[in-house]
Amino acid sequence: MNPATFAYHRADSVDTAIALLAQYGEESKLIAGGHSLLPIMKLRLAAPAHLIDITRIDGLDGIRDEGDRLVIGALTTHHAIERDDLVRTLMPLLAETASVVGDRQVRNRGTIGGALAHADAAADYPAAILALNAELIAVGPEGERGISAGDFFLDFLTTALTPAELLTEIRIPKLPPRTGSNYQKLANQASGYAVAGVAAVVTLDDGGVVADVRVGITGTVAAARRAAATESALMGKQADEAAIQQAADLATEGLEPLADLHASAEYRLRVTRGLTRRALTAAVARARG
Amino acid sequence: MRVPVTVTVNGTAQRAEVEPRQLLVQFLRDDLGLTGAHIGCETSQCGACTVLLDGAVIKSCTTLTVQVDEQAITTIEGLAPRGTMHPVQHAFWEEHGLQCGYCTPGMVLSAVALLAEDPHPDEGEIRHAIEGNLCRCTGYHNIVRSIQAAAEKLAAGAAPTPVNGRSSPTT
Repeated sequence: MNPATFAYHRADSVDTAIALLAQYGEESKLIAGGHSLLPIMKLRLAAPAHLIDITRIDGLDGIRDEGDRLVIGALTTHHAIERDDLVRTLMPLLAETASVVGDRQVRNRGTIGGALAHADAAADYPAAILALNAELIAVGPEGERGISAGDFFLDFLTTALTPAELLTEIRIPKLPPRTGSNYQKLANQASGYAVAGVAAVVTLDDGGVVADVRVGITGTVAAARRAAATESALMGKQADEAAIQQAADLATEGLEPLADLHASAEYRLRVTRGLTRRALTAAVARARG
Repeated sequence: MRVPVTVTVNGTAQRAEVEPRQLLVQFLRDDLGLTGAHIGCETSQCGACTVLLDGAVIKSCTTLTVQVDEQAITTIEGLAPRGTMHPVQHAFWEEHGLQCGYCTPGMVLSAVALLAEDPHPDEGEIRHAIEGNLCRCTGYHNIVRSIQAAAEKLAAGAAPTPVNGRSSPTT
């Protein structure tokens, strides 16, 4: 089972990649680990005439501490994120999320930039990226721009990136003290993809009152999004069981759920509320230390 | 349009001109005759095509040959000198870690990569590490036991053993 024929180009710099994208336009696709793209090319759901390999570009992978934020290169693999000490210490939610993407072989090849740019509705990272309030950096012919996570995911396999742009890095603001996080996922048993996935980040003040809370939902809907009603219901409250339950019940407010052979719309909504309760409960427990 | 590549396979540099859409598993099996990497699901689920890329397990059905240009691949054939078994292979033999054998090359390579990174994994870590390798004979218990036995062998400094060495099997 092979992809349709294509021409292969290897970009050695971001500028070369952007020039190739400009040259071949809609006929071209960027490839990194290829674990989202190659499967759909083999199924002939995608048949780009030109494949631009960006994996040999220097400086696009790796994780660095920039003071008030952690910066993750787009080519960083899921496995590297799962094992990285900086991520595990400062952004455990991201390591936790990376560890449940696909399987070990997939995590060795797949990249965070590729997964985010591909924007599969059932991908894991979008929930964490939303809950961590990340900023995604895109470089195109007009230079660099930042896209906030909340503006990035638009629809099935559709992001705010233009066809001329390359996602280069993900910037995540560091979390304040007394912050806890958690990712909960109901995985499809065959594929490992999220039927529903919920990431929660909760910051408590000295009195145990919720000072900040962000909840990201993936899998349930075509484009991952924040659970705004849950967040506002919990803000300023004592994070006890009743308050968490009440807030979690609002997680699916305004969602247009997906329905497919894996899960009905009703089931997805119910599971999403349950996962939200679990994610918030675990995040609060961790915030308390 | 074919693309020139140089891929080090089991320690030998292989130069070839390949179609960009050629999958690594096709390069290994069809061009090099290394049929240890199996073609199973072809959708990056089953792990029968698992090989090592610079020591890390990958699925060669979801990797293009051109993507591994100038990199090093190890297949099951390259684990131990001809006529001998790697300690992990030996442990699979002793512990009955295979039935039909289709998943075995991938399972063994996943075990080798795991034990290189973590010489003393617990059962949960072993099962997590072989998540991407499906055994349709459902012989997972013996596979886990094999990997545990392999960990002990490697910790004791085991070397490759002759394939015909009859000393170890217990049955």
